[in-house]
Amino acid sequence: MLKDITIGQYFPGESIIHRLDSRFKIILDIAYVVMLFMAGNFYSLAMAGVFMLIIYMLSRISFRLIFKSLRPIMPVIVFTCLLNLFFIQGESEPLVRLGFISIYMEGATTSVFMAVRIIFLIIGMSVLTYTTSPIELTDAIERLLSPLKVLRFPVHELAMMMTIALRFIPTLIEETDKIMSAQKARGANLDTGGLVKKAKALIPVLIPLFVSAFKRASELALAMECRCYKGGDGRTRMKQLKWGMRDIVAVFVMGVMIAVIVLLNISIPIFGL
Amino acid sequence: MNVIELKGLTHKYSIGTPFESVAVDNVDLTIEKGEFCGIIGHTGSGKSTLIQHLNGLIKPTQGQVLIDGKDIWDKSVNIRDIRFKVGLVFQYSEYQLFEETVYKDIAYGPKNMGCEGEELDKRVREAAEEMGLDEELLERSPFDLSGGQKRRVALAGVIAMKPEILILDEPAAGLDPIGRENVLSRISEYHKKHGTTILLVSHSMEDIVKYAQKVLVMNKGKVFCHDETDRVFARQDEITEIGLDVPQITKIMMLLRQKGVDLGQDIYTVERAKERILRYMDNKGTVC
Repeated sequence: MLKDITIGQYFPGESIIHRLDSRFKIILDIAYVVMLFMAGNFYSLAMAGVFMLIIYMLSRISFRLIFKSLRPIMPVIVFTCLLNLFFIQGESEPLVRLGFISIYMEGATTSVFMAVRIIFLIIGMSVLTYTTSPIELTDAIERLLSPLKVLRFPVHELAMMMTIALRFIPTLIEETDKIMSAQKARGANLDTGGLVKKAKALIPVLIPLFVSAFKRASELALAMECRCYKGGDGRTRMKQLKWGMRDIVAVFVMGVMIAVIVLLNISIPIFGL
Repeated sequence: MNVIELKGLTHKYSIGTPFESVAVDNVDLTIEKGEFCGIIGHTGSGKSTLIQHLNGLIKPTQGQVLIDGKDIWDKSVNIRDIRFKVGLVFQYSEYQLFEETVYKDIAYGPKNMGCEGEELDKRVREAAEEMGLDEELLERSPFDLSGGQKRRVALAGVIAMKPEILILDEPAAGLDPIGRENVLSRISEYHKKHGTTILLVSHSMEDIVKYAQKVLVMNKGKVFCHDETDRVFARQDEITEIGLDVPQITKIMMLLRQKGVDLGQDIYTVERAKERILRYMDNKGTVC
């Protein structure tokens, strides 16, 4: 059950998307998000969707993963949809009238538009985490944030914390599974009962988990100290991030896409569609 | 009588993904009441998956698990009752401790069974005594104890449930030699005293030979053999072939035999080796 979690899961590969410089990937992903929010009508949004699907195909990741990344966010999408549907008021006659609730054409369109936008957003972001290893990702974040060092912002420490956290997610999941089995073997009832009962039943799982997490943390700290780790100053990297021709091409493609979206935004109303 | 019976038990992990793998492959097995059976096998040979089937923590992909002749996945069976009947102690079991005091931690299992008052107190104190935990330890925090003590508290926590079948996954792993001896001999004594059926998973041939009556050898998800200890180790060559070790003393005897000193092929313990060597030395004058 715990093994189904896919947040930030990385799928190794050799595709062109995998090989892009992770710094560029992060910036391009942000550009993609901006582009999505610039898209003002269904045509430009559809264009952005097509673009995203092409990227997805280029990365050679199974399409089933699209749905997997959407599943946890489904409640948010439904919630946004409903809010827009019920609270946006249009000028024309309402489509449906139910007591004090009335649904207008404008509300329905906006709610579909918002839902599609959120879905594209999540899928686009998941391409980044599916194709970039956590190490590369934190490396890139460290490099991108490095100008903040001037302001005494602990960039390296932040990146190291992220790396460690990501590294230990699977370990902790495995550990939770093991402790749950052990307590079930002692007759713990983890699946049934009301909310309070369930929460109480979790104590025998959470306490050992915290104890071992703290133990692990202190062991890791000791191991790092033994190897003379003392922060980011003067530290060099074994794997340098390098950017090349394909990254420049990627930026160019993204620029063209944004231009297309802007053009679609402007031109469609003119043609009166 | 057979307390445990497995019929065509198969378990696959990650079905329907590229990572699909068969952990336990069509296993038929019977364990008799009161048997002390050692389970050996390589990492990934399916030992852990197999034992987790026995108290219903894992549902078989195919096949049946019968405890006392009853299928544990039958609708009429409450799986929690099975877990009280079949006690399972995991590897590095000290990680399951969570209560404020040793006493409360040992009481957790029996309490889940609905045990209360005097009966509960009796069970806790008995289990603690059986695992050699002093009275004064009971009021201490389990997190303040030594590794070996923690392990014995975890064991006591399961023994206090008075299971009819006790399954132990590497109960002595990671302990020093004194700690090992302490834990294993207490389990052996417990077996003799209560006649509980015991399954002991271990990597150490020495431990298995010393305590178990029967041995179950697992290889690649299948049962390689399940027989009396003597008979299993008589198949030394085959066991070495699947990458498992025979006890060190047996190896020494084998090397001696190659050098021309034949003390017999059935030596698995240091005691017996000592006996044979002494006899050999006494006879030496007359033999040579």
